Amino acid sequence: MNEILILMKSEWVLLLIIIIFLFIKVGSTEWKNENLLYLANILLLINFILGFVLNTDGIIFDEMFKTNSLICLEKNILNLGTLLISLQSYHWLKNHKHVAEFYMLLLSTLLGMFFMISSNNLLMFYLGLELSTIPLAALANFDLHKRQSSEAAFKLIISSALSSGLLLFGISLLYGTSGTLNLSEISQHLNGSNLQLFAFILLLAGFAFKISAVPFHLWTADVYEGSPVAVTSYLSVISKGAVLFVFVSVLYTVFKSLGIAWQNMLILLSVLTMIIGNLFAIRQNNIKRLLAYSSIAQVGFILAGISGCSQLGTTSVIYFILIYVFSNLGAFGVVSIISSTTGKETISDYKGLYKSNPFLSWTITIALFSLAGIPPTAGFFGKFFLIMSAAQNGNYLFISIAALNMVISLYYYLILVKAIFMDKNEQAIEKIHVPILPKIAMLICTAGIIIVGLYGEIYEYIFKLSFGY
Amino acid sequence: MNQITITHILFVSTALFFIGMYGLFTRRNMITMLMSVELILNSVNINFVAFNKYLYPQNLDGIFFTIFIITIAAAEAAVAISIIINLYRSHQSIDVDDASEMKY
Repeated sequence: MNEILILMKSEWVLLLIIIIFLFIKVGSTEWKNENLLYLANILLLINFILGFVLNTDGIIFDEMFKTNSLICLEKNILNLGTLLISLQSYHWLKNHKHVAEFYMLLLSTLLGMFFMISSNNLLMFYLGLELSTIPLAALANFDLHKRQSSEAAFKLIISSALSSGLLLFGISLLYGTSGTLNLSEISQHLNGSNLQLFAFILLLAGFAFKISAVPFHLWTADVYEGSPVAVTSYLSVISKGAVLFVFVSVLYTVFKSLGIAWQNMLILLSVLTMIIGNLFAIRQNNIKRLLAYSSIAQVGFILAGISGCSQLGTTSVIYFILIYVFSNLGAFGVVSIISSTTGKETISDYKGLYKSNPFLSWTITIALFSLAGIPPTAGFFGKFFLIMSAAQNGNYLFISIAALNMVISLYYYLILVKAIFMDKNEQAIEKIHVPILPKIAMLICTAGIIIVGLYGEIYEYIFKLSFGY
Repeated sequence: MNQITITHILFVSTALFFIGMYGLFTRRNMITMLMSVELILNSVNINFVAFNKYLYPQNLDGIFFTIFIITIAAAEAAVAISIIINLYRSHQSIDVDDASEMKY
């Protein structure tokens, strides 16, 4: 009993917070939005801090649920991202009618991701995955009166239903060939028969849908554009990051024996994802769509890192996701505050932003430089390790394509920076008063972008924890 | 001689899977698209039950998985239908071609 309490402590804390919000919602006292938001942020901060204590390894519930220090680290990264998003969405939620519901849905998706990361059984994995996607569709519809928001939500739920259908068909065939749902037992039953390869391809397609790798990326840009900015940043950072954590561990531990088969698939997916993500990003006008395609391109780089098949692969992926949390949330924080005060979301609206809002301009510029991978920022080190991991196979054509793609991506990031700093605009965005909570979030993101790259201990710490191939 | 083997059942479930896939891509009505997704999920259910019954009758992993899939499919349908209702309020239609403001 005591063991269950300690090993599942992140889940228990989250569940407690959800229940607190449920009671606030059904209770008779009317809460003011500001107080509710402060309470939510404090609770999330406590949740983040509690993630660092009482971390023990163990397997419970008949090998369904496992946890170890790497999994705790991954959960901490997700907790941090959720806290930052909650701080940033203060301005948008302040005038929203359904704050308590927002946090209930948001935290239940986070709970689903925790179960998914900790799962050691395909049933547990599937339950976690669905718990993390179904409430997200409801969240995407949270601007209840906007036409685009409901369109985005419908696209999200249909594509995630299709992807979980593919995933499930793969799981059912895997069960048929191995006779068990336990992940560590499945890996012993893999023999590379055609049916198992087919099951693996279906699983890969399901995963690729969730992380929006290229042949399965079509929903991404539309959903990102239509959803509220807080939900967009959650989708692009947290939900993608969680699925990537699971993806790496499933590929490296369960499907290790099919390695030759999936390595080439990953390289192909990665090349397609990088090229198409970058080329489509160039022609975007809406900044949320631009960031959507840029996040697709980043997934291409992550897949390149995964294709390395070594301990460096795991480490670089987790390290890059940590950096990606800071850099993408830095960019989305600025977009969020501008969108919720002025409603402006196109690149031409950002012209001359520096004149009126120097703080916001510097924040988004540093974040974009980190996304592009320019040396002093952390993004450079993240991409460096990913490419180094990919280079271990000695496939130099592939590395050259990845390097060329970094140049292409620089082009559209710099267009935005140029618009902010150099272009003149008659109707520039006026001076925006940034509330204290979003300001803290932006400062944390900027500090994270600079520190995580230069402070080498973090990388070494992740390397020490992560598993090899 | 005339026994139903696992191959027959797998044939049915695979056919159902691809019928669902075809329906999802060709139908324009949102509710029908949702029904196609249900077909895909039910084909998975048939797979699980068949594998469990024919190949691994000693434990009930597949049956349990099926029960969970049915439950989650219901939850998913509930959320999807509430989204469709909300979309109908703003678009006055549940045809996907009418909900295509965002493209490329």
